[in-house]
Amino acid sequence: MSSTPSRPAAPAWVIPLRSWAGSDFFVLVLSAVYFLILTPLAPGFASTGNALSLITSLLPLLLLAVGQTWVLVSGGIDLSVTATIALTSVLGGLAVNEISGWLGSGPLAIPAAIGLMLAAGAGVGLLNGLAVAQLRMPPFMVTLTSLMFFSGVAVWLTQSQPIGSLPPTFTAFGGRLGWALPVAALLTWVAHLGLSRTVLGRWLYAVGQNARTAEVSGVPVRAVTISAYVVSGLLAAVASLLLTGQAETASPVLGQRMLLDVIAATVIGGVSLYGGQGRILGVLFGVLFIRLIDNSLNLLGLNFTLILMTKGAVILLAAWLDGWRRQLTRTA
Amino acid sequence: MTSSPASSNSPVRLRFEGIQKSFFGVPVLRSVSFPVRAGAITALVGENGAGKSTLMNLLGGNLTPDAGQILLEGQPHQPRTPAEAQRAGIAFVHQELNLFGNLSVAENLCLDGFPLQGSPDPSTSSGLGWINRPTLLLMAQNRLARVGLKLDPNTPLHRLSSGERQLVEIAKALGRHPRVLILDEPTTSLSAPECSRLFELMRELRSDGLALIFISHSLTDVLREADDLVILRDGAVVAMGPCQEFSSQQLIAHMVGRTLEQLFPPRDSGRSFRQDAPCLEVSNVTQPGIVRNISFSLRPGEIVGLAGLMGAGRSELARILFGLDPHASGEIRVSGEPARPGPRGRIRQRVGFLTEDRRGDGLCLEASIADNLTLVGLPQLARTAIGWLDPSRLRPMVQTIREAVRLTPTARDEQSVKTLSGGNQQKVVLAKWLLAQPKVLILDEPTRGIDVGAKYEIYQLIHQLADQGAGILVISSEIEELLGLCDRILVLAKGQIRAELPRAEFSQERILAAALPA
Repeated sequence: MSSTPSRPAAPAWVIPLRSWAGSDFFVLVLSAVYFLILTPLAPGFASTGNALSLITSLLPLLLLAVGQTWVLVSGGIDLSVTATIALTSVLGGLAVNEISGWLGSGPLAIPAAIGLMLAAGAGVGLLNGLAVAQLRMPPFMVTLTSLMFFSGVAVWLTQSQPIGSLPPTFTAFGGRLGWALPVAALLTWVAHLGLSRTVLGRWLYAVGQNARTAEVSGVPVRAVTISAYVVSGLLAAVASLLLTGQAETASPVLGQRMLLDVIAATVIGGVSLYGGQGRILGVLFGVLFIRLIDNSLNLLGLNFTLILMTKGAVILLAAWLDGWRRQLTRTA
Repeated sequence: MTSSPASSNSPVRLRFEGIQKSFFGVPVLRSVSFPVRAGAITALVGENGAGKSTLMNLLGGNLTPDAGQILLEGQPHQPRTPAEAQRAGIAFVHQELNLFGNLSVAENLCLDGFPLQGSPDPSTSSGLGWINRPTLLLMAQNRLARVGLKLDPNTPLHRLSSGERQLVEIAKALGRHPRVLILDEPTTSLSAPECSRLFELMRELRSDGLALIFISHSLTDVLREADDLVILRDGAVVAMGPCQEFSSQQLIAHMVGRTLEQLFPPRDSGRSFRQDAPCLEVSNVTQPGIVRNISFSLRPGEIVGLAGLMGAGRSELARILFGLDPHASGEIRVSGEPARPGPRGRIRQRVGFLTEDRRGDGLCLEASIADNLTLVGLPQLARTAIGWLDPSRLRPMVQTIREAVRLTPTARDEQSVKTLSGGNQQKVVLAKWLLAQPKVLILDEPTRGIDVGAKYEIYQLIHQLADQGAGILVISSEIEELLGLCDRILVLAKGQIRAELPRAEFSQERILAAALPA
């Protein structure tokens, strides 16, 4: 057929609905609706104090989800982030604790410990990336096994004991919002620019969409893939710094339950599990949505199992809405 | 002619009568009428978009006609689903094979009706129950014997050659005891001996009284193998009759509505490129099992064709030249310097490569036109070492290159390329390379699957690029295309260059003679 036949015109009201449903702000609106519905039900949901605690708990998840977005866009997945959190938390704790810290209590101890955590995070990411890009192993298997392995290493290093007595300057990074918020915001902003406004970002999308086309087009596919895992590892290390500060202890089980939240937040935020699609702005709203649910259910005084079940149901609903809006925009 | 030409008075098995079909007001079939005789091979030819596939979709129950009717042995044939058409005795052998590589040959053959324990009639199978393996193997053996394929039915399908797969596909279609068998481009992925085996089988089926509809772009095959010819153009039958009444020239003239000379932009044969330093020099490149002792050079402004049969090593050579695949020995030089490793190295030396598989490794189908266009040129378009991209600088470049290749102006930059027609998609791939200003451009099947109008525009672009000083290597399975486009043709057979012809000595016969295995 010589030309693609044109579709019959859509009714006028569909067009604004489509453009709204197709935008990144869909999940923000979803969060606002959820907030409005829950405000009269959950005591203290709309208070300033709650807003601060919401933001505090949101930041580590945001950093993890941003890193995950890089990996998902490149066509992979990083399941090892929670193990990276545990490992780097334990390493940081062992390095700077006031009783038996490796680095003692000199003026450079804390920067050195943070450097160690970042290096360890980047190292885990590098190993993941090398296995995926050089050995051509499936990302799911690579990061699942490194999840197991590094969780094990973290427990082994501490003999499954949490490490307390951390210097206040160290825990301040995560514990005080005045530190944590600018750091997380800056990193998210940089990650957003990197993905949307640099050659590396364009390459990540191209590799995620079609790695063969990317290779023929001169994209350094392996280096690009590795970079995504390294970024994810680095951001997991920063998330670990925040979480360790919030808990004021380093622990080998820190962040253990966050993995599914990370995946759910990115997917609700519009990142495709099949690669090549997704933006940081959407992910930001996805993280907000997930944390709103957690926070409100806690305030309602539900017990842990009930929270899990409700959360599962709400995420499923959001995913269904997301599928619906994608179908709506596809016909546009 | 063939061994047992069908007598011209054999009964009509199928008749199309005044078939009309439009999509969204665009007529695709305009009152198409023709008969298909039993015990004969009817060839259906026409360009892409002439309406062949719509016609076959009507026959196969995927579409219903707006007006007119199909008569199968005098009875109206109005299938509403493919399954209904199948039961009425219409069988398809598709261009893209509908076989499963992970299953055995026997399982593939009986996929639409496994024999079950206790109920030997596969037509009652509901998907539940235990498969009767001995019966399955027996059925498979019978069906394989019908097409003369000597194979263990337990062989996993992925071990078969493409020719064997084609025969399995036919055996599968024959298992339903069809009255009409449609072969849609059955030879595209077959080697020469596999083709002749297929044609032999088609002749056997014809003498068994089957009505065969043969759709092919290979006019040589059509004229040699078919009994009747139906030529479609723009949704109408423009000519039909016994094959003997048509010459190849007439056939083309009917198909395209113009002569071969009008298919290609003019190119004079008096050009000489000897004085310029070559932009690509290949000396004694060998990769065991793929290519042997390949030596040639390409000069600025020259268009060189690479002819050869399927499996001669043309695309493999192109991948080696572009650094995607390794070579064991020999040397490749670009603009006088040794070629740098990998596609990245070649791109830095301003070599471009349009691959034969547009969807597989030419485009990111889901991505936008703009993203696809800029993919190769990105590093040069970035402003700083960290690769910062400025959208306000990218947009005018995308605009310029779009205009240069005359991409359809109705498509927006942000639109995903999968929404474009084949011709426009190919222009995107070409434009992506043009943005990197290539000195050497390797084009593997640059006009595959696109219509004549778009082909002409692609040819013009190729000429234009050559006139601007790029050296161009064109691979094509259509010899006419190489004859019309190139200054020089190299013929590849079994991984070696067998002949080199300058434009003045071009002849289809000489190319074919060199391309066929000795």
